This record gives sequence, structure tokens and C-alpha cells, in this order.
Amino acid sequence: MTLRRTPLYAAHQKAGGKLIEFGGWEMPVQYSSIVDEHLAVRRAAGLFDISHMGEVQVRGPQAEAFLNRLLTNDVRKLAVGQGQYTVMCNERGGVVDDLYAYRLDAQEFFLIVNASRVAEDVAWMRKAAETAGPGLELRDRSDAYGAVALQGPKSRAFIDPCFPLSATGGSPVTRPSELLKNQIALFETTDAGTLLIACTGYSGEDGFEIVAASDKIETVWNTILAVGHAHCCQPAGLGARDTLRTEMCYPLYGHELDEHTTPIEAGLGFFVALDKGEFIGRATLAEQKAHGTSRRCVAFRMGEKTAPPRPQYPILDPSSGSARIGVVVSGTQSPSLNCGIGMGYAPPALSAPGTALEIEVRGRKWPATVVKKPIFRK
Amino acid sequence: MSSKVPADLKYAKSHEWLRVEGDTATVGITDHAQHELTDVVFVELPAQGRKVAAGEACAVVESVKTASDIYSPVSGEVIAVNPQLASDPSLVNSQPYGDGWFYKVRLSNPTEAASLMSPSDYQASIGA
Repeated sequence: MTLRRTPLYAAHQKAGGKLIEFGGWEMPVQYSSIVDEHLAVRRAAGLFDISHMGEVQVRGPQAEAFLNRLLTNDVRKLAVGQGQYTVMCNERGGVVDDLYAYRLDAQEFFLIVNASRVAEDVAWMRKAAETAGPGLELRDRSDAYGAVALQGPKSRAFIDPCFPLSATGGSPVTRPSELLKNQIALFETTDAGTLLIACTGYSGEDGFEIVAASDKIETVWNTILAVGHAHCCQPAGLGARDTLRTEMCYPLYGHELDEHTTPIEAGLGFFVALDKGEFIGRATLAEQKAHGTSRRCVAFRMGEKTAPPRPQYPILDPSSGSARIGVVVSGTQSPSLNCGIGMGYAPPALSAPGTALEIEVRGRKWPATVVKKPIFRK
Repeated sequence: MSSKVPADLKYAKSHEWLRVEGDTATVGITDHAQHELTDVVFVELPAQGRKVAAGEACAVVESVKTASDIYSPVSGEVIAVNPQLASDPSLVNSQPYGDGWFYKVRLSNPTEAASLMSPSDYQASIGA
């Protein structure tokens, strides 16, 4: 299969990015080193290419009702210019994808979905739209847009000087630095056309996600790096994106989430609005919220100087003769904590913080402890 | 990025180096390999006394992102492993040909070393 390339491919090559396959895309895993880029995002700022992610527009008088049947969170709570994390489930409550839904106008929504799930998502949305009736426009705009994520505590200090711009919609702000968590606004720029700027991200740090037309995203990338240079902003790859999100216990589709796992099992019950009325997957999710699940996504931490945990490693229970009780779904060395960290599925009886577990690495058992999410707090 | 390729060593295609001293040899990974891995966070070494065959996976080096097998360039018995790597695996990055060595082996077939790559061949193979 030919790997797809984002509009920033040439920029990654120029910046010395090491390219790998991710979800059918050829993406930079790192430029300098994962640890270096990770710490830059925690201390200053890093810039990620997220152009591989999918964008879907949902418009019309039926848009709100349609999305509230399709997604687990309640889009009625969104004012114009606000976004929310949400989950799209199948009829059994399994996760089709996790995504961000933004309300750009009263009857206009913008969804950002996972790169590896665009085709499945759009097919599932179109199927659900068949019963929505007229007054619903659903457009897959994934090829039309590129996107970058500027993440880190310094981001807010230099986002405004990057672009001479004027606000034209969404949240009623005049500059990007006025955006609060989960707010989004449209801006008109002279160099980069129309930008959608949202105060969201996947690192646990303050920051922005910026969407532009595909042929304008390289201008956005170059401008942010040039202006951000004085603030120690550097390009960051998928490697750091993964270590940052794992420290925060943010799920990644294909790891914590799949079509056989529910958002309740994954610990995302906060984003399941059972009180909003009927939606796809609701029966299973309501039952699980009321009566519990047979397994839960737990976060764990290992000692120093141990082998890092990796996806698919067995999780063992030292209190019952090291019986295998689950499997690691995300695991890595934490650059912030200098120890192995990860997430995995375990029975509820072994999911309380402080519970001793073992991770099996190439036949050898290493101690681990269940910890409260997120694994890393500043 | 140019990588160091010392002239007094032999090299395997899989990016290990070999320093022969009489009937024993020291094994490590090359500067090119550590640069490709970046951020080494853990090294799993063979047990002392283990008999390894040339080409056999006998150690694991882990970076933040992945675990990679290390293949023994020669056959023999492991007579020492580097104790410093347990407490400071980053030595593999900072001193790949020095304190970042992996293990020492007593050669069971000294002619194997001759079939490994010369420094100039290895340099050419990595395009350095």
C-alpha cells in the first residue's frame, strides 16, 4: 500500500524528521529526539503536524439532532465557538471513533476525527444520516484541510504575532490568545487564508490546534516556527505526541479504544450524556454505567530502571500467583517521570490506585502499581 | 549526520561492532545505530556463561519508542556483561564504543571475525 503524505511532507524532510508509517500515513516520528521534543512541549512549546487527521462538516437545521443521536456527549451544551470531546459508538456501545465536535454556528458543526478512522467514520455517519431526513449536509473535508497543533506553556505568548488576522466567526474573540479551553474561532489572514483556531490539544499543556486549507498549511507551519523560535518552540513528532498523551492518559484509537470496547470500560463515562435522550449505543452504556463493567482501563507506573512496558505485554496479578489478568494497550518510558508508564485493561477488583500488578517483559516479571489518572501532573 | 566508525573494529550488517583482543572480543552497537535509536532507556544483556551463536539475538536495546534485538556478531561464551548499563543505559548514546559496550565473549570460532565488515565497508553501507 502506498503511504499517504501530508502537505507538510517536504517541511518534515527539510527539518530532518525521521519518517515512519502511522495509520496509512508517512509521518515524522521525531526530529531531534522524542525526549527532547517531549520536554520542549512540557517546558516551552512544540509544533506537531496533525494534517493526517480527518475533518467532517455537518450543517443544516437537522445537524444538532443528528449529532446528538450519533455521538455520546451532548452537543446542545455547545455555544457557538465551543467544542467538546466526544465518542461515536456502534449499536453495541463499542467505539467507532473518539473525536472533537465544535459548533461553528447555530447549525454548523466541525468534527476532527482520527486519521486511521476517516473511512469507517464517514461510512458510519452516512448510514446514520439516512434516517435523519432532509436538512442535513455531511461533507468529508479531510483532503481539503491541513492542520497543526501548537502545544506548550509558551504557546499563548506568541500565537497572536504569528498572523495579522481578524476574527470572522465562532467564539466572539478578537485574537487567538483570548481563546479559552475548548473554544474555537475563525480568522481571516492575509498569508494563510481562513484559519480555524481552537484551544485544544493532546498533550495536557496549554495550546492551539490550527486548521487551514491544505495548500496554506505550510505557510502556517513555517510562520509559527519562525515566530516561535525565540520562545524555544521546535517541531515535534508522533513519538513525543504519544509519550505526552500517555502521561495524560488520553486514549488513542486502536490502543485504549476499538469497536469491542465501550467508553465506560475506557473510563470515558464523563463524555457519555445518558440524560440527553436516545443515541446510538445508549442501552449498553446505560447498563454499564448502572451496573459496572467486567474490565476497566487502568493507568500504571513502574519502578525506575525497568524495561519499558509496550502494547500487548501481559499484565499479571502478583496476589494470585502471577495469573494473567489483562494486557497493556499503551506503554512507554515517561520522559517527565523517567520510568515506565502505561495503560491496560484489568478487572475492577484490581483497578484501584495503589494495587500492585506485574508487567511481563520477554518472560520476566516487573512490578507495577496502579495510579490515578493522569499519570503525570505538573 | 556523519557517524563515527573507528578504524580498529569489525562491523556487522545489523550495526554491532566487535573489538577482538586475543581469543576474546567485546561487542557493542555503532554510533550510527545509537543515533538511529536515540534516547536509549534500557538494555537487556545476555546471562554470563551463555553460549551465543553468530547472528543469534542475544540482547535487547530499548529506546523510548521501540525495543530492538541485538545480534551477536560472533559465536562464543559470554564471559562478562557491562554492569554500568543497568544504572545508566544512556552510555550507549554518549559512548557507544567506550563505556557503552554490551558484553565480552570468548571466541569459539575465531575465523568468524574475519568475515565481518571492515570500517570502510561499514562506512559505505551506512552512507556515511
